Amino acid sequence: MSTGRRVGLFVTCLVDLMRPRIGFAALKLLEGAGFEVEVPATQTCCGQPGWNSGERSSARALAEKLIAEFERFDYVVVPSGSCAGMIKVHYAEVFAGEGAWLARVERLAATTWELSDFLVNVARLDRVPGDFHGAITYHDSCSGLRELGVKEQPRRLLAYMPGVALREMKNCEECCGFGGTFSIKFGDVSAAIAESKCENIAASGADSVVLGDLGCMLNIEGRLRRRGDERTRVLHIAELLAGEERR
Amino acid sequence: MRVQSMHFHARAHGALEDARLQSVLKRFGSGFAEKRAAAREAYGVEAFEALRTASAAIRDRALGALDTWLLRFEAEATRRGTRVLWAKDTAEVRQYVLEICARHGLKKAIKSKSMVSEEASLNEALEAQGVQAVETDLGEYIIQLAKEPPSHIIAPAIHKDKDQVADLFAEHHRRPRLDDIRAMTDEARQMLRGHFLSADLGISGGNFLVAETGSVALVTNEGNGRMVTTLPRVHVAITGVEKVIPTLEDLSTLNRVLPRSATGQDVENYFSIVTGPRREGDLDGPEHMYVILVDAGRTRFLGGDMQQMLRCIRCGACMNHCPVFKAVGGHAYGWVYPGPMGSVLTPVYRGIENALDLPQAATLCGACHVACPVQIPLPELLRKLRERQMQARLRPWRERAGFALWAFAARRPRLYALATAVAVRALKLMGGARGRISRLPLGSGWTLGRDMPAPEGRTFREQYARRAR
Repeated sequence: MSTGRRVGLFVTCLVDLMRPRIGFAALKLLEGAGFEVEVPATQTCCGQPGWNSGERSSARALAEKLIAEFERFDYVVVPSGSCAGMIKVHYAEVFAGEGAWLARVERLAATTWELSDFLVNVARLDRVPGDFHGAITYHDSCSGLRELGVKEQPRRLLAYMPGVALREMKNCEECCGFGGTFSIKFGDVSAAIAESKCENIAASGADSVVLGDLGCMLNIEGRLRRRGDERTRVLHIAELLAGEERR
Repeated sequence: MRVQSMHFHARAHGALEDARLQSVLKRFGSGFAEKRAAAREAYGVEAFEALRTASAAIRDRALGALDTWLLRFEAEATRRGTRVLWAKDTAEVRQYVLEICARHGLKKAIKSKSMVSEEASLNEALEAQGVQAVETDLGEYIIQLAKEPPSHIIAPAIHKDKDQVADLFAEHHRRPRLDDIRAMTDEARQMLRGHFLSADLGISGGNFLVAETGSVALVTNEGNGRMVTTLPRVHVAITGVEKVIPTLEDLSTLNRVLPRSATGQDVENYFSIVTGPRREGDLDGPEHMYVILVDAGRTRFLGGDMQQMLRCIRCGACMNHCPVFKAVGGHAYGWVYPGPMGSVLTPVYRGIENALDLPQAATLCGACHVACPVQIPLPELLRKLRERQMQARLRPWRERAGFALWAFAARRPRLYALATAVAVRALKLMGGARGRISRLPLGSGWTLGRDMPAPEGRTFREQYARRAR
């Protein structure tokens, strides 16, 4: 019988492959908030890369798989605005005109949350395990911000840690230049946009840039290091909140 | 104008290498975007969002019965003495204008900004027939001297710095070189004055066509539009068929959202509603007025799943908010319309195979969508064009094979687990002690200007399974 507090954690393919510790940080936060969390072992990808590239059939196949894996939970939580946006906003376009699928999509979309949004608006956290000390700046990732309205949620959570000094950068809502396959197809343009982002990060005076999406994270960290910045840390908000950020 | 959009890659690369252009683009930066944000704030954020919704609805209403409104426009304009001509393509635009020049014996045209005339390469056609064409919008005037196409739809010379303009003026005006912007503007004004007074043809665009009165509404900041439409004997307005709106009331709504979205102005400096030629007793105005309604690809959007694109009121907000446009400027896009709106228009107007890069040259960040005064879902339209490219097998085989392989593996969790476990270990090794890869074998585009942070070395699923055991 459902307790009404069963969470399916979709760690996303990038966290799974590149930064598992972010997945464990999310797990810790959700369990700490009193949820029963399960990570379906067969999960892979939400289909966004194919969808954004116009590959409807592969996007659809992966969407079907994800729906089957996650529709049994009370909540689905995703430590990424763009993957959560894919499920909440774009799955309905993937299955446009297909009544039976749309009903399942609608149900899943209603239970799916971006991590910080979930922690604030469902879990209603008023404190967090982490105790980070330092000057940070927050990069608002595009999909989370513009598709899901994730803006105040991460800042509210960060404010629970008294050691955090938030120094907003110029144009914090502007794209970092990642754009999925755009970053490879137009590598030079993508890196030039990332460079503007890095300049704004540097000018903010923060020691760390915090964000909620793996794509931006790899892009910004990659550009910072290439431009010779070995010092500025790039951290996912889950790491900070869970107190799992590593030196 | 010739389409160069197939060369986006090379042109964008060139733009990134052009230090002078980069410094101009940097100065351009988010200027317009910040002004728009301030204007939205001043108007009231909620009220402004309601205005966007109302504006989109007005445009949809017009587009939903485009034929009806256009015929109404034609009837009302004709009744007031305007000749309405229908051009199915840009060749017909040139033909009509040249015929008008021949009929009335016209020798010199002054032009107010018109992007449709750029589509039609009208100036070249006029010059070839011995009709001098002078651009009178300051930005257009500058790039006409430089023999360059516009790089932004409302700020056509935004890619030029002050020194470049000073050089151009010194060369063409044959006067001592100036370096004060005010003085340069005054000099251009003096030069243009003679042209205004000696021209016999005025060519303008049209920001809106008002069906109920048969009027052409024009928005300018320099007043040149007013000179062009009143001084010469003949006025020809050239504009796309999609620009029609039902009523003056609609015009009033759209004219609240247009200048705020474009330059952040509450209202533009000059707003003209031109309704027919000079009447008996009028103090000024042309003897003859023509309106050329241009299709040239626009009706291809009608009735399909991309019709929303025709809502566009050409404010430029999408490019002002676009990270790609801000990085490479407008010329990289290779045709008349740059930025997100251009990346949708160019492939549809000029053929999807002639602009393969454009729908791909976007991060789908959504900044254009939220800034658009008529709520065009530009990222969604770009994605649809990508889908059409895939369906038409216009993408490189490596890309299609890559997606096929990814989807094949990602649907088979055991195969995927094996393949990814190997891959993350290999990449971790490649990353070495510094934990990052500076040359990625299959992603050289990425490592052109960035490192790739190396993975931790074990997938989340591996570690989670071990922990659960």
